[in-house]
Amino acid sequence: MTQTVTGAVTETMRRLVGDSDLRMIGVTIGGVYLIATLLAIAAGYDVGGIVNTLRAITVFAAGYGMLVLALNLHWGYTGLFNIGVAGFMAIGTYVTAILSAPPELSPGAGLGLPIPIAVLGGMLAAAIAGVLTALPALKMRADYLAIVTVALSEIIRLSIKSQTLAEVSVAGVTVGTGGGRGISYPAPSDAASWLIELVPGGTVLYPAGAAVGIARPVVTGLVYMLILVAFTAAFYWLLVQIGQSPFGRVLKAIREDELVASALGKDTRIFKLKVFAVGCALMGLGGYLWLGRSGFVNDLSFRPDITFFVFVALIIGGAGSNTGSVLGGIIFSGVLFYLPQFISQNFVRAARAPDTFVEALSGDLAGYLVANISALRFVAIGVLLVWLMQRRPEGILGHRMEAAAAIDLRGGRAGGSDDD
Amino acid sequence: MTTDGAPLRVDSLRMEFGGITAVDGTSFVVEDGTLTGLIGPNGAGKSTTFNCITGVYTPTAGHVYFQGEEITGLAPHQIARRGLVRTFQIARELEEMTVFENMMLAPQHQRGESLIASVVPGLRAAVVTEERGLRAEVWETLEFFEIDHLAHEYAGNLSGGQRKLLELARALMTDPEMLLLDEPLAGVNPTLEKKLLERIHALRAEGYTFLLVEHDMEVIMENCARVIVMHQGQVLAEGAPAEIKEDEAVIDAYLGEPI
Amino acid sequence: MGVASRVGHLRRRLPALSGEVLVTLVVIALLGDLLRRLVVGIIGGPYLASVLIEGITIGLAYGLAGIGLSMTYSILSFANFAHGDTMTIGAMSGWSVAYLIGGIGTATVGELVLLDANPGLSITASFGVILVGVIAAGGLTAGLTVLVDRLVYRPMRRADGIPLLIASIGVALAFRYLAAFFYGTDVMGITQPSGKLALLRVDGTTGIGVLTATQSGSELVTSGDVAGFIAITSTAAPTGTILSVTLHSVVLIVVASILMLAVHLLLQRTKMGKAMRAMADNKPLAQVTGIPTERVIRLTWIIGGALAGIAGFLIVLKSGTVSFNFGWRILLFIFAAVILGGIGSVYGAIAGGLVIGIVDSVAIVWLPSGLTKVAAFAVLILVLIVRPEGIFRGVTTA
Repeated sequence: MTQTVTGAVTETMRRLVGDSDLRMIGVTIGGVYLIATLLAIAAGYDVGGIVNTLRAITVFAAGYGMLVLALNLHWGYTGLFNIGVAGFMAIGTYVTAILSAPPELSPGAGLGLPIPIAVLGGMLAAAIAGVLTALPALKMRADYLAIVTVALSEIIRLSIKSQTLAEVSVAGVTVGTGGGRGISYPAPSDAASWLIELVPGGTVLYPAGAAVGIARPVVTGLVYMLILVAFTAAFYWLLVQIGQSPFGRVLKAIREDELVASALGKDTRIFKLKVFAVGCALMGLGGYLWLGRSGFVNDLSFRPDITFFVFVALIIGGAGSNTGSVLGGIIFSGVLFYLPQFISQNFVRAARAPDTFVEALSGDLAGYLVANISALRFVAIGVLLVWLMQRRPEGILGHRMEAAAAIDLRGGRAGGSDDD
Repeated sequence: MTTDGAPLRVDSLRMEFGGITAVDGTSFVVEDGTLTGLIGPNGAGKSTTFNCITGVYTPTAGHVYFQGEEITGLAPHQIARRGLVRTFQIARELEEMTVFENMMLAPQHQRGESLIASVVPGLRAAVVTEERGLRAEVWETLEFFEIDHLAHEYAGNLSGGQRKLLELARALMTDPEMLLLDEPLAGVNPTLEKKLLERIHALRAEGYTFLLVEHDMEVIMENCARVIVMHQGQVLAEGAPAEIKEDEAVIDAYLGEPI
Repeated sequence: MGVASRVGHLRRRLPALSGEVLVTLVVIALLGDLLRRLVVGIIGGPYLASVLIEGITIGLAYGLAGIGLSMTYSILSFANFAHGDTMTIGAMSGWSVAYLIGGIGTATVGELVLLDANPGLSITASFGVILVGVIAAGGLTAGLTVLVDRLVYRPMRRADGIPLLIASIGVALAFRYLAAFFYGTDVMGITQPSGKLALLRVDGTTGIGVLTATQSGSELVTSGDVAGFIAITSTAAPTGTILSVTLHSVVLIVVASILMLAVHLLLQRTKMGKAMRAMADNKPLAQVTGIPTERVIRLTWIIGGALAGIAGFLIVLKSGTVSFNFGWRILLFIFAAVILGGIGSVYGAIAGGLVIGIVDSVAIVWLPSGLTKVAAFAVLILVLIVRPEGIFRGVTTA
């Protein structure tokens, strides 16, 4: 029964959207926008509020998109079960933060380097961490690798939280993670106002926004949103380049049957190390640009839960497919994450909702449910995950195996036209 | 020490697993440009020897030389790189990749296997050119094996016999010096068997060297110029099929089995 | 040749034991340093003893929980990431029952079930109630895990380890946030402080006795003040406590030990136990020889679930508080225990649990308190790299 329902839904989707990846993404985000707008109107938001809501959703989607793409490189392409995503995000963000933070403790202290250098430093640190993780784990079974990466992710988080590293003197310079208090550093989101002022005529955006009811901080927020989306697109481009190449071919082969890849002369260990490094660098960058966008993070920003959410998003979209990764990111962050939260925050008369479940049973059960939708959505996600594993482990697009070659393999037959 | 003209030389190979000695002092030579067969009853140590040669196991003692150089204990990919390529007994097709992708995977030293070359826009152009060249080669090879009509099928959808053809075709794309075929005819219907053997002979005529490990005695006797018989971890006899058929020791070993 | 192939080459040439040898040397060095500190006086004997007892106590809990994880890992061939949250459910449901029975009259039924009250339970005040709670925790969790197996894992019997692992992550999320939905996300105080079993000196005599929750060792006057005092020897040192352990911890130690013994007897003496061992050892062979696999699987879930629930209940008893994600937060420790001991080995889980508990506790000698967990996780990672089959050479099934 569920088979036919899923089949029908997929068919309708396919007819609506055709086979264009861009259209699929567009339709999905459009759908989320629509639902969000309707809800926002129902909640009594004005234009500025609606725009801000859509902005927040897009930021979420872009952030998840970047991370899911990075994880797709590891898990979807190469079959490396890395569930330490949060840890690598943390390393990338924290190293960038420390490199760019001003030397005064505020909390946490840094070297005050220019941001682009700090970003490269963060990505490099994450990549190195990835290599160090992968080296001993090259021959490990998938589930052992999973456990190792989770353990490592926790070690990283605990180290960040610990007071020992809150303040460290290295060669006369004091740097620190800030321990439990976190670290402050120049906010990536400031890049938006910098960009607006840099581009000639950019500042016209402010009065233009005001005219429509969009406040100034929202305007800068929108510009930063576009920056994030641009980065997500860049991640997507990079992954397509990697996937559709001989390098990507070997990755696929490693995922399918590593023994065959080595029997054909490929040094699979080098490939795994490289892919781990690149993926972790991307995770580090994504962490900084998205979770670290406000210029402050602490250990709570990188709890292991984040890794599992990224994982769920990847599975929903379809591991192995880049477009699927983006779709999964949008659906998870928008439908499963943001919207329930939005409903809960805007449609609950907080004073009247029952405090506990037992009270709710004799009183306003619906009110309790809505007030606690935060918890319920995770229950739903858990159930969804089980359902996916049982019925459709390939997610939405995972079955679509994008050919791993730099050219269209269907062309070039003697007598046919050479079309690439 | 090299023996010119003998691409593969196995010298006093020994392989122990815990308390069991699967291979006990095996030595043989495979001559250049021949179709050599390696046979023996179950448990003779053929697979173990095979795996020792191809780097899956590191032998407990003894040496393996390929084209005069020692390859004992090297990793499988290193051995394949040198031109000694194996196929698998149960065809290991990369199922979620198409036949074409399987084939494009095989060639060695592909420019695009470097991450930088595949990604950086300027360098990628060279990769694209190389891919076009490989694509043409793949068509040629698929046509030679008469499986070109399956080019864009997922390897997982192929029949057993078709997989065997793909297995051999793919191995060929690595541009090997010598091919080690692990029971290439196991479970293959007679028509396909004939086709496979024709291809193998054609390739041998082009200069490839083959070592066939097979269970089917008849096939080996009819097709191989030289036969090596293993029994209980050791080489029992070596020589032309006619000699082997008359060999007392071999007959004893195969007591009850048709020769 | 790149770094990795050189590493691989090295690995091939060096004896396989070198990793284990290195680890053994490090362990010996650490033990030596511990001894040195003891002898020189940097740390006191009683302090070390109390740290060890703490480690053993929590280690037994890890071991108890680990038994179930180890069995499902080997018999069903997947890493059950829902095991920690199973402990949470067991703890919370068990304590709800205890509250319901022990708190009659102190609050409404609703408040009691949701642990929203304070009926003042402690082992001395409400021994029977807590016992009922233990049994309830075991029974309810066992029932829940069997239900989950029916709904989630049985339809996936033929699946690989990784899809099962991912499904268990889904189960973990569902458990954890159902707990959050019903009980809320705050940390809840559960028990009253209990008395302590202490080794102490009073009035010139060293002995063992039971102090109440409010009694302080140094304020005692005569040995009559101490309940159940058993004199050991006379002493000139001043009155005071040398070493103590809370009665709740004692309950944990006793109950865990009894249950472990029971599991041992089950596995060695009963037919089903033998069947379980056979399946853990070699599943295909077991199936071929006519062992009722579905029954064995169900029993595995029942035992594993019950033990997890009881372990969770006892941990809460000992620590005095509970929150909706406490099980999730100790999941890695349970994994560490199981892998260290060897997947599929019940005794390995117990031994592994003790080691992990002790490592986590004793690490305080060298590491700041925020980083002691790192020691336990480092052990887990090391084991997976150097000797993934664990101490007792468990099954390395896929």
